[in-house]
Amino acid sequence: MLLADVVSDNLTAARAQMGVSLGWHIIVASLGVGFPLVIVVAEWRALRRRDADAMRLARTWSRTAGVLFAVGAVSGTIISFEMGILWPGLLGTYGSVIGLPFALEGFAFFIEAIFIGIYLYGWERLSPRLHLLTGIPVAVAGIASAFFVVTANAWMNDPQGFHLVGGKVTDPNPWAAMFNPATPAESIHLLLASFMVTGFVIAAVYAVAMLRGRRDRYHRLGFLIPFALAAIATPLQIGAGDMAARYVADRQPIKLAALEGQVHTERGAGEHIGGLVINGQLRGAIVIPHALSLLAHGDPNATIAGLDSVPADQRPPANIVHVAFDLMVGAGVGLLGLAAWWAWAWRRTRALPRSRWFLRGAVLAGPAAAVAMEAGWVTTEVGRQPWAVYGVLRTAQAVSTAPGLFAGFYALLVVYSILTVSTLYVLMRMGRGRRSEYADPAGAMAA
Amino acid sequence: MAAANTVLVFLWLGMTSYAVLAGADFGGGVWDLLAGGLVAGARQRRRIAASIGPVWEANHVWLIFALVVLWTGFPPVFAAITSTLYIPLTVVAFGIIVRGSSFALRQAAVRLERAFGPGFATASLVTPFFLGTVAGAIASGRVPPGNARGDVLHSWTGPTSLLGGVLAVAGCAYLAAVYLVADARRSGEHDLVEAFRKRALIAGGACALIALAGIDVVRLDAPRLYGGLVGRALPLLVASVMLSGASLVLLWRRRFGPTRIVGALAIVTVLWAWAAAQYPDLLVGSLTVAQAAAPAATLAALVITLAVGSVLLLPSLGLLYTMVRRPHPAESS
Repeated sequence: MLLADVVSDNLTAARAQMGVSLGWHIIVASLGVGFPLVIVVAEWRALRRRDADAMRLARTWSRTAGVLFAVGAVSGTIISFEMGILWPGLLGTYGSVIGLPFALEGFAFFIEAIFIGIYLYGWERLSPRLHLLTGIPVAVAGIASAFFVVTANAWMNDPQGFHLVGGKVTDPNPWAAMFNPATPAESIHLLLASFMVTGFVIAAVYAVAMLRGRRDRYHRLGFLIPFALAAIATPLQIGAGDMAARYVADRQPIKLAALEGQVHTERGAGEHIGGLVINGQLRGAIVIPHALSLLAHGDPNATIAGLDSVPADQRPPANIVHVAFDLMVGAGVGLLGLAAWWAWAWRRTRALPRSRWFLRGAVLAGPAAAVAMEAGWVTTEVGRQPWAVYGVLRTAQAVSTAPGLFAGFYALLVVYSILTVSTLYVLMRMGRGRRSEYADPAGAMAA
Repeated sequence: MAAANTVLVFLWLGMTSYAVLAGADFGGGVWDLLAGGLVAGARQRRRIAASIGPVWEANHVWLIFALVVLWTGFPPVFAAITSTLYIPLTVVAFGIIVRGSSFALRQAAVRLERAFGPGFATASLVTPFFLGTVAGAIASGRVPPGNARGDVLHSWTGPTSLLGGVLAVAGCAYLAAVYLVADARRSGEHDLVEAFRKRALIAGGACALIALAGIDVVRLDAPRLYGGLVGRALPLLVASVMLSGASLVLLWRRRFGPTRIVGALAIVTVLWAWAAAQYPDLLVGSLTVAQAAAPAATLAALVITLAVGSVLLLPSLGLLYTMVRRPHPAESS
């Protein structure tokens, strides 16, 4: 087989494998970022107000989080392998530029894993106060490790901190690479998204219980703590999203064109909602005149570059990116509405909205937040194509030339299908309150 | 060069820590596999689970640590190893996923032993074996620089790789048994003390025999490494042999506390003997530390990160291991 064929086959296999493993990990990792904060808030409340319900919640959640952390840690590990197994051209060439945040992330992950062990197994071994304190490093390290990983992704969108001389990297400046122009918007956007996913997903579980009639204080509090976190994060996220979009408009105009399905360059471009690019035309979209120019550049008549402003081999697949972007924004707006409903009711009555429709909405909000996370990730990753490192390294140049990569992808599908089913099964079983005699020989984890 | 060597030392400290800490966690899984039927092996399995439970995730991070230091400090080595050895490494990654998640899921809910126990145990055996084959491939010079330039099959199925795989499994099992003896004694489970002591003696003996047979394998299959082992690395190798012997004697005489330390040091010295024998080659015969190292600015940033990170890391680890040893109130009856 010719090398070109191997590369083309491998590119499909490698992208599929990376997509599945990252797409899976991003949800578990989000929960890993947000969950510790939710648990620490519950435990803090329990200690401060001698609140037995809050303590029960903290204990229950810490068991759930224990499973999620473990699954997240191991599903994250394969990604570090894949950085080389699938993409040796990326770190093999640019490791000296962008390896550093991963090393920092390594330490953050270390602190997280250590204190998770202490926190989960320390309920009976530490004083209540000390135990609460050991939860804080878990929350902080989770946030830090997400931040570091995102700086590396931001660098792939906005590569800085090196020179290329005859195809070789010289003068690497890892700090400049880490703190590139894409870092602020991307990291804030992802961290808020993690809090939204965590908050809405946990709240959805309690919303289901409340719809089934379990409206006691324990369930209300179990709903309230995570939902409040997500509801606070949501309006901030709309702002962060706007910041991210402006960044893309400035630095990655072709990605913006794909986000919007903007085929031709246009002055005073409208915002496109929905629609698909068919035969070089965006069809079926609702157009809000001048809105895109205004949102992206603060000027209703600003020029927006179209996809056709670059050669065809430098354009991302517009429809995937456009649909994913609209899905993310749509879900975000829906979640904002739900958060506003709750805030309004809370202000007036210091209680949850009475309507069952609110709870139904909250049940939907869990999956909706996860979908928004996935869609946002697809938007930024697919929107960067055909580049692995924007404008510098094509994805095809980064991929492994080893034969047989497809087998790895199929094996991954099998492993991840089993992993998904098993994890969901066990979490649901835990929800019904059955615990293992293995949990701790003497029942340290028993509430 | 000083910065590159410093990074290399950190990298190898990370790999060593992974071997003696996470290695024992894998070994625990191997003993779980061999513990017997669901009922008969239940107490052993519970002892193993209790020992591994709080620490395995932290121990696992040493591998991530070593990987990120490798790709930041020596990017072409990372690319060469992972792309040529993608098959065993993929198996390792799956093994890590199956082992870790099976363990966590088994702990989480009742009557899942049958569902997740075998996955945990089998993956605990498979993972170190394939990691050992990777080590063997690197040590015998079968990984050339570049994007998947080595033979993706034969590079890791040679004699040194098989030796590495078998030795890794036996070493993990030995370490685990040695740690478990001490844990079982601390929790007052005297029958388990005897059971694990017997297992430690068998595994330790097996390690010694495999290593002995391995001398010829390395001499014939990896002559460059052999030259280093009987040259510069000889003191470390001799130390390792003596420590191994000492650990078995201590075990025999039931001095379980010191056995833990001496047994771990025996493994540590083997790994450092390998490193010393191979230095300065990172890819044997084709890429040295100097050729593979990232530019000075990157190494400087990495050394700073490693130094500052260690200041945070070491006390945290100390706290974890101290807490684990603190008796559980319900357990200390």
